[in-house]
Amino acid sequence: MFIPMAVAIADARAGKRGERVYSGRVPQLLERGFIAFKSSTYMIVLSGFLEPVLYLLSFGYGIGKLLPIISVDGENIKYVAFIAPALLATSAMNGAIYDSTMNVFFKLNHDRIYHGMLATSMGPLDVALGEIGWALIRGFAYACAFMAVMAPLGLIISPWGLLAIPAAVLIAFGFASCGMAVTSYMKSFQQLELVNIFLLPMFLFSGSFYPLSVFPQWLQFIINLFPLSHAIHLVRGLCLGHIDFALLGHAFYFVVMIIIGLIFTTKRLNALFMK
Amino acid sequence: MSNPLISARGLTKKFGDFTAVNGIDFDVFKGDSFGFLGPNGAGKSTAMRIIGATSQRTSGSVSILGKDPEINGPQIRAHLGVVPQQDNLDMQLSVVENLYIYGRYFGLPRKFVKNKIEELLTFAQLEEKRDTKVEALSGGMKRRLTIARALVSEPEILILDEPTTGLDPQARHILWDRLFRLKEQGVTLLITTHFMDEAEQLCDRLIVMDKGSIMAEGSPASLIKDYSTKEVLELRFGSDRNQSMADSLRSMCDRTEELPDRFLMYTDDGEALLEKIYAADFHPKTSLVRRSSLEDVFLRLTGRTLIE
Ligand SMILES: Nc1ncnc2c1ncn2[C@@H]1O[C@H](COP(=O)(O)OP(=O)(O)O)[C@@H](O)[C@H]1O
Ligand SMILES: [Mg+2]
Repeated sequence: MFIPMAVAIADARAGKRGERVYSGRVPQLLERGFIAFKSSTYMIVLSGFLEPVLYLLSFGYGIGKLLPIISVDGENIKYVAFIAPALLATSAMNGAIYDSTMNVFFKLNHDRIYHGMLATSMGPLDVALGEIGWALIRGFAYACAFMAVMAPLGLIISPWGLLAIPAAVLIAFGFASCGMAVTSYMKSFQQLELVNIFLLPMFLFSGSFYPLSVFPQWLQFIINLFPLSHAIHLVRGLCLGHIDFALLGHAFYFVVMIIIGLIFTTKRLNALFMK
Repeated sequence: MSNPLISARGLTKKFGDFTAVNGIDFDVFKGDSFGFLGPNGAGKSTAMRIIGATSQRTSGSVSILGKDPEINGPQIRAHLGVVPQQDNLDMQLSVVENLYIYGRYFGLPRKFVKNKIEELLTFAQLEEKRDTKVEALSGGMKRRLTIARALVSEPEILILDEPTTGLDPQARHILWDRLFRLKEQGVTLLITTHFMDEAEQLCDRLIVMDKGSIMAEGSPASLIKDYSTKEVLELRFGSDRNQSMADSLRSMCDRTEELPDRFLMYTDDGEALLEKIYAADFHPKTSLVRRSSLEDVFLRLTGRTLIE
């Protein structure tokens, strides 16, 4: 009897862990990402890179003129070197959030691309991991590009700064997996706007432009409940060479975020993709 | 008789309190061309999604090639080609890229897919559009591409949800021709439609669905034989007079139907009935004798027309 190749491939996975929802097709989904990327609007791609650079130029060299050196924990550093790592962390967050909320929501409800994908022998977990994986690849590329701007400006003070790239990917992973989980509960674009309402104050108050120590203790405590200040501490610590155990704590925050996000996303996959 | 390829018993799907599919039973055998005929909202697409293992049923059982779509989703979907009601082509990609990546989603090797693409482009008559972005294709081309895409994995079962809705007559005929070829190659077809001519053209066997339930089942010819007369006489008296004429004509044959714009009389000999009507001094503005169709079957079963 003739057995189509697609059937043989699917049957070979029988009995494997998670076979109902996962078929090991993440590489194929990344392949789609690259094909679509090749012909995408370069403006959108470029703006993801330009945004932090523009912040760096306007704030770093604008405010940096008035305030060339600031004192943080008794140490004097250039203002622009202080904010650059925060901008790297923030852009990792923004990219991952955009990919995992707006982008996913659009593909799900408008283009219905996932409906097409899920009519194949892939499972919903393939799609979720593929999307998150693609967000990470983009996050990695943006982080490298931003570092390529920072380094010649002398803004990476320590060789530990190289680790800011994997740190940015870790941060993107945390935000992407939680973003995906949040998207699974959203019913309309209006509801998705809530994400932005949450992101903007977090960006403004997480210590991007001045040290958190300007705030009273209780406010610092609240700010530290949210992820962005941990992201900023982590990247800033690496770029400035302030290496201590606290950095592991900040990284751990994102490991927890990744795990919680993935648990909810996996749980909600049927609601998200298989109504 | 061999085992059915697809079998459903008491298949039910609820959305909240609303029952979209209400305990339907059916069997589809290998090589069948099996239709679901019903108006919008009958529950056809919902049933197709459950068979396609992309939606979970509320109750009842479904078996596809002996497997349960809720347990063996990926394995079942490897056997299926799906043409959904709403095209969901990848708008960011070109025609060939759509075919290519879809084959890859099944885990097929690059080389296999690339060879297959050429054959599919010819089948879908899209050779000249190969590098065109999908957005720029006409509705008929998109539909043909969606069908070609569904064939990239060489499926044994092809599920087509309203394959020609929204297409012009010429595009429909091209599509029907493609589907005939697939049927000749032994592909099992599952087709939903609310066009009775499409059901008559394409289906060996069909179920008539309304409001989530099956109203009747059989071949197009047997359904017409069981639920209608050989011929139908259609009369128009002008919209304000159809009603009063209907009251006087009703006794002249076994069954009649009043529609907003015309009056239908069911008989085995339309010409003879028409003569009798003229003889009785009725003067319809227009009259037409035609053979019974599935539309008449649906009208008989539900009191409504398929397309409102
Ligand atoms: N995801 C859904 N949520 C709520 N109601 C739905 C959903 N999908 C379909 N329905 C309802 O179920 C009924 C049957 O829909 P459908 O299966 O699309 O019918 P058909 O394909 O025969 O036109 C409709 O009344 C539709 O509104
Ligand atoms: Mg439908």
